Amino acid sequence: MGLGLDILLTLDSMLRLATPLVLCAMAGLISERAGIVDIGLEGKLLVAAFGAAAMASWTGSAWAGLGAAILASMLFALIHGFACITHRGDQIISGLALNTIASGLTIVLSTALFKLGGQTPTLDAGARFGPISLPGADSLADVPWFGPFWRQLISGHSLLVYMAMFSVPLVWWLVWKTRFGLRLRAVGEMPAAVDSAGVSVSWLRYRAVLIAGILCGIAGAFLSTAYGSGFVREMSAGKGYIALAALILGKWRPFSVLLACLLFGFLEAAANRMQGTDLPLIGQLPVEFILILPYVATVILLVGFFGKAIPPKALGIPYVKER
Amino acid sequence: MTKLPAWAEFGLIPLINLALAFGIAGIVIALLGVNPFAAMKVIIEGAFVDDGALGYTLFYTTSLIFTGLAVAVAFQARLFNIGGEGQAYIGGLGALLVAVTVGSWLPAIASIPLAILGAAGFGALWAFVPGWLQAYRGSHIVITTIMFNFIASGIMVALLSGPLMRAGQPNPESALIADSARLPLIHEIAPHLGLHVARSPLNLAFPLALIACVVVWALIWRTRWGYALRAMGHSEDAAEYAGIKVRRLIVSAMALSGMLAGLMAINVILGAQGKVTLAFPAGFGVTGIAVALMGRSHPLGILLAAFLFGALVQGGTELDFEFPTITREMVLLIQGLIILFSGALTFMFVPMLSRILGRH
Repeated sequence: MGLGLDILLTLDSMLRLATPLVLCAMAGLISERAGIVDIGLEGKLLVAAFGAAAMASWTGSAWAGLGAAILASMLFALIHGFACITHRGDQIISGLALNTIASGLTIVLSTALFKLGGQTPTLDAGARFGPISLPGADSLADVPWFGPFWRQLISGHSLLVYMAMFSVPLVWWLVWKTRFGLRLRAVGEMPAAVDSAGVSVSWLRYRAVLIAGILCGIAGAFLSTAYGSGFVREMSAGKGYIALAALILGKWRPFSVLLACLLFGFLEAAANRMQGTDLPLIGQLPVEFILILPYVATVILLVGFFGKAIPPKALGIPYVKER
Repeated sequence: MTKLPAWAEFGLIPLINLALAFGIAGIVIALLGVNPFAAMKVIIEGAFVDDGALGYTLFYTTSLIFTGLAVAVAFQARLFNIGGEGQAYIGGLGALLVAVTVGSWLPAIASIPLAILGAAGFGALWAFVPGWLQAYRGSHIVITTIMFNFIASGIMVALLSGPLMRAGQPNPESALIADSARLPLIHEIAPHLGLHVARSPLNLAFPLALIACVVVWALIWRTRWGYALRAMGHSEDAAEYAGIKVRRLIVSAMALSGMLAGLMAINVILGAQGKVTLAFPAGFGVTGIAVALMGRSHPLGILLAAFLFGALVQGGTELDFEFPTITREMVLLIQGLIILFSGALTFMFVPMLSRILGRH
């Protein structure tokens, strides 16, 4: 049981660590499929985490926190849209600006409002998304193989983890099976064609950016009101950028992106478990070498070693309507 | 696209951007219950008036000149180097390795230049790789430089808490660099010249940064290489057609950019600290982007913008002590707003201004 349980616990922690990555990567997927680069995932994640924790600590409601997180993240998405769609500004610079603003603003606001040196008060259980026990988690626990698998791995996560996993088929359906999705992909490949069909390029792109805002909002709420119990400064800690890496590694396709997120989540979970333990033959491996693997893998992919990552054709190019 | 007269483009637009960023930050400060003008006064006093304040301001200015020039050199060729942070970090490693190796047996006159070369070389190498990948494999430079920032950070954490960690102390930081390989501090040299200067980390990297401004200006506007670089920035296809070897240019521009970012480490590591600490670039690589945008990628503009941001960083630390509700991160907010207005919303004002100024 020892090794089996070890593996189950690592996978369990993988699901939790992958949750914000999955939500952010899906956000990035929708935005970038519509032709808008989203470096600002990190910033949206951070403001959402702060919004959720602040609102949850005032109201005592995790749901109010989630609402605030989504609103905060959508506000940032709107600014991104205003700069990149309406004013055809540089999308990378806009994203970078929003990340910097987010990191300054959340520390300034949390210090001023809560006077705890850049944190929010620790949230009690009622103001957080607690673990959900799925039916059968206890009664089936003795069934060999399936019992522990169901109980340890699948059951017992917060609602937001299940929402993240569900977001993947949802995004797939939205982008590949609906008329909106068809137009969305078209606007990321050849906006002029969409425009000449009489569909507004700007409005489509605005909707894509706003949906990305919603997804990042849920991810932020997960960080501060489900995974953690409160906001800590810089708590997004590069997760938005890892999501960006997963998006590229998954080549802008939902299920491949999910796999990349799970892989990155697994690496982090494994690194956490291996901290300080001796491995056979190599001894202690610095965990940093495991933690940088997502970035190394992305660079190797971009070099073109395992297949080519081809982004949407109109990605990053502002659309100028012909007159 | 309508064109603005130069005074408007290089003077008025940056001022409008600055005013907007300060205005919004001022509103935030007022909403938090503090008089924004009182906060401004604290920043200005903290940056210029207090004992040693100007030295700190110029110290931060020095770092920002290097990272700002780094971004600007790449910008001239339409390359966006976000990796200044990682290049500075790795540059620090280069400075350390050389300084520790030669510092104990070579005189200062030889070991200091070698250590500076170490910083420049390692920084250049860390940008050369993304540059090469962009030129020959088409890997998007923005993404690769972001990834290289994180890789650099991981490597440095592993090294500083592992093989490079100084024995006998709890923090992950490197061995101390011998005095003979360190850049002298200004307040230590000044008495020899009969001057009294207050204590600050300001060191000889500052004049070197000023020289770097001149060298970069000459390189970009007075050499064949710089001409090719600017031509490529205007149109890669035209440059290629004119016989410019675009790929080699991408690689050399990125290497120079990384070299400048790496030189930021001489200010902090060889000058102020004498050792490499965790995350010593402290966001200055990113601030360099704001500096380059605001300085319109021109060395003179960068000098001014670096001084402005240096003053904000130094004055901003005083906010922590003077007000219970406002912290130094206010400066980060201002910086983000300036990046937004001067980088992403540039086109918001140009049409409006060109209508007002009546040039079409």
